[in-house]
Amino acid sequence: MSGPIEDVALVALSGVTKSFGAVRALAGVDLAVRRGECVGLVGHNGAGKSTLMQILAGTRTPTDGRFALAGKDIPIADVSVSRALDAGIRCVFQELSLCPNLTATENVRVRHATLSGFGWRRKASRLLTEALDSIFPGHGIAPAATVGDLSLGRRQMVEIAINFIVTDAAEPKLVILDEPTSSLDQSVASQLLAFARRFVERGGSVILISHILGDIFSTANRIVVMRDGAVVADRPVAAFDRAGLVAAMGHVAEDRDGRREAPAKSLREGEPMVVAMPPRQEDESRVAVHRGEIVGLAGLAGHGQTALLRLVHHAVHHRSRYATVKGRMAFVAGDRQSDGVFPLWSIGENVTVRSLPSLSRFGLVSSRREAAMEREWKETLKIRTPDMDDNILTLSGGNQQKALFARALGSDAEIISMDDPMRGVDVGTKREVYERIRQEAGRGRSFLWYTTEFDELLHCDHVYVFREGRIVAELGRGEFDEEKVLQASFEEAAA
Amino acid sequence: MIGHPDPKLLRAAVPALSLALLLVAIFIIQPRTMSYFGLNLMLNLALPIAFATMAQLFILTVNDLDLSIGGFVSMVACIAATWLNETPLLGIAALIASIAAYAALGALIHLRNLPSIVVTLGMSFVWLGCAVLILPSPGGAAPAWLTAIVKFQMPFVPLSIVACAGLGLIVHLGLMRSAGGVVLRASGGNPQAVARAGWSLLKLKVTMYALAGTFGVIAGLILVGTTTSADANIALRYTLLSIAGVILGGGEFTGGRVSPIGAVLGALTLALVGSLLSFLRIAPEWQIGAQGLMLIVVLALRSLVNQFEERAA
Repeated sequence: MSGPIEDVALVALSGVTKSFGAVRALAGVDLAVRRGECVGLVGHNGAGKSTLMQILAGTRTPTDGRFALAGKDIPIADVSVSRALDAGIRCVFQELSLCPNLTATENVRVRHATLSGFGWRRKASRLLTEALDSIFPGHGIAPAATVGDLSLGRRQMVEIAINFIVTDAAEPKLVILDEPTSSLDQSVASQLLAFARRFVERGGSVILISHILGDIFSTANRIVVMRDGAVVADRPVAAFDRAGLVAAMGHVAEDRDGRREAPAKSLREGEPMVVAMPPRQEDESRVAVHRGEIVGLAGLAGHGQTALLRLVHHAVHHRSRYATVKGRMAFVAGDRQSDGVFPLWSIGENVTVRSLPSLSRFGLVSSRREAAMEREWKETLKIRTPDMDDNILTLSGGNQQKALFARALGSDAEIISMDDPMRGVDVGTKREVYERIRQEAGRGRSFLWYTTEFDELLHCDHVYVFREGRIVAELGRGEFDEEKVLQASFEEAAA
Repeated sequence: MIGHPDPKLLRAAVPALSLALLLVAIFIIQPRTMSYFGLNLMLNLALPIAFATMAQLFILTVNDLDLSIGGFVSMVACIAATWLNETPLLGIAALIASIAAYAALGALIHLRNLPSIVVTLGMSFVWLGCAVLILPSPGGAAPAWLTAIVKFQMPFVPLSIVACAGLGLIVHLGLMRSAGGVVLRASGGNPQAVARAGWSLLKLKVTMYALAGTFGVIAGLILVGTTTSADANIALRYTLLSIAGVILGGGEFTGGRVSPIGAVLGALTLALVGSLLSFLRIAPEWQIGAQGLMLIVVLALRSLVNQFEERAA
């Protein structure tokens, strides 16, 4: 592995702290990024990674510490977005920063202020197409498409491409990628990582934040581990192995032992709780969910899995041609911002909202019972907050997701549908939630689980693979492995 | 899906179709309106509504709502019929000051993070109060030059039609096509992203409020030019008409989704509904209710379009 080019650090932080009221998000961080290196940044949810990146991007000012750009000290009060942009620091935020009402081209203009005057639209469109072509060959995204009409994965691709655009006035020197692969399917994610490696070879720098450790190992030259708002390890990638890295993050290393023990008798007996047919299905295949069963929906992102979940959900209260549901149902969103959290409510209210009838007496919500439920789920899922009455948005992304899980698990639902709920969630939280799901299934709850990560399918009893809005394969426990799922997902393209 | 029209096209077509239907109905019932004079007469009163609707559109673009535009246009009309006529310098200064006040409201709403509905609802009473102070009883006189401009007889096509088309086109170019307009709309779509890209949300919001104030002033001037005198309550119904016009034209209350050309068409539609009801000889006391019902029908069409879009997504 070639070492990074020795140079003055592009950006150097020392002793940087950041507090939000009583919560100390960063407790003295030292970090320097030089030219031509890819820094992998890992840590569990709430370790302070996102806050650190917001400081680097200039969107938050640190409470204390020193901040230097290209060797020049900058008073921390002067840390600002425009300074970071001038220094060539660009950031792909975890929750995307695109305007859904604009076209992809127009979003380029918003990000690159120098694109103006006559003919800006053509120029922006060309720059975007070039960037998309070089990062994601065969992307199929029209620059004139309205962003709100694009799938989440494609939005992510546009966001990434915009940040790598080189204009006459500015070029990216350090690009921060915060969970960039979480809403991309595997082939597109590997295109991105390959591009990041080429970018670094040409002398650019990348900070890669990812919960998928394979991405970190394949792309980074150096790994920085954060825990509780501080950097606890900062070493070349060769000095880590998988187990060592997980241990440094503060979790006990475990192998892939998540595979669920096969139950004594088959669950696929009797009448199913849910039967659903994708509208485009031409043959007799149906998705069926039985009591106590965990059913996985697999395939590449955006091939009709989310649509099926929506359809099933609709069928709970309406007559539907495509699905029948027997039982109460709750939903865990993957796209937190748009169909998950109530952004103006507290964490506690976000957890209890699905259960208010059972917390009520004489039609009024009992605040004592509500508080008890909030306390219980804060403990159970280890939601990291000083107070459940704080606003939900004070939580890190992964902890918001925990609150959404608590909402569904704490409800009286017999069936829980999940729309790729682990996007951007760290390894530790995932394990805790997997464990919980298994327990709940053991008690007779059913799960309908759309996931883009193969590892999660190992927790399922039965898997349906989707392609182009249809079920193309149905695999029982023990029948499926990664190769089979991939093969079914791609079959058409290979033929 | 075969057989379903493209939802985007549908969204753009609804305001144009509603207006066309309405015009056809009017022409059938009262064929004499299909003339230069008839059209001019009907559309003259629609022009100030179109400008007020555009003012509302600027505010809706940044996810706010202006409940004071009616009061504001009334006040401008009162200024135009008194000070602007008698002491033009004072009148001009007052109009510029009122635009500055609008811009300041935008700054206040942004800086203190206040709900625009509350602030503008309060301001609507302030504007109305000012209007009553300036012109306690209906009357006054429009400046001669203003009347001359508004009543100018264009060859072949009535001025009001040209002005409406020009209004729609200019705002379309400025807000939808220009590089600056993109950033203004972006601040309605995702303010956080705009701030992260290094833009000042304060400047964007102040710009939009100042634009709204300017268009409100123009609306008031045209109104006085047409009616030649003013009254403190002259434009109070513009508040609701302008909101309905933007929505009817394909705009949304939040998210920075607006259509200037659609808004002009929406404003014309709403203004012409009144004419149609008169031609149908519906008693004036029933007209407001009938106008409301037609509004509900047209807006229901809009929500049908939204459903199409969702199904297509």
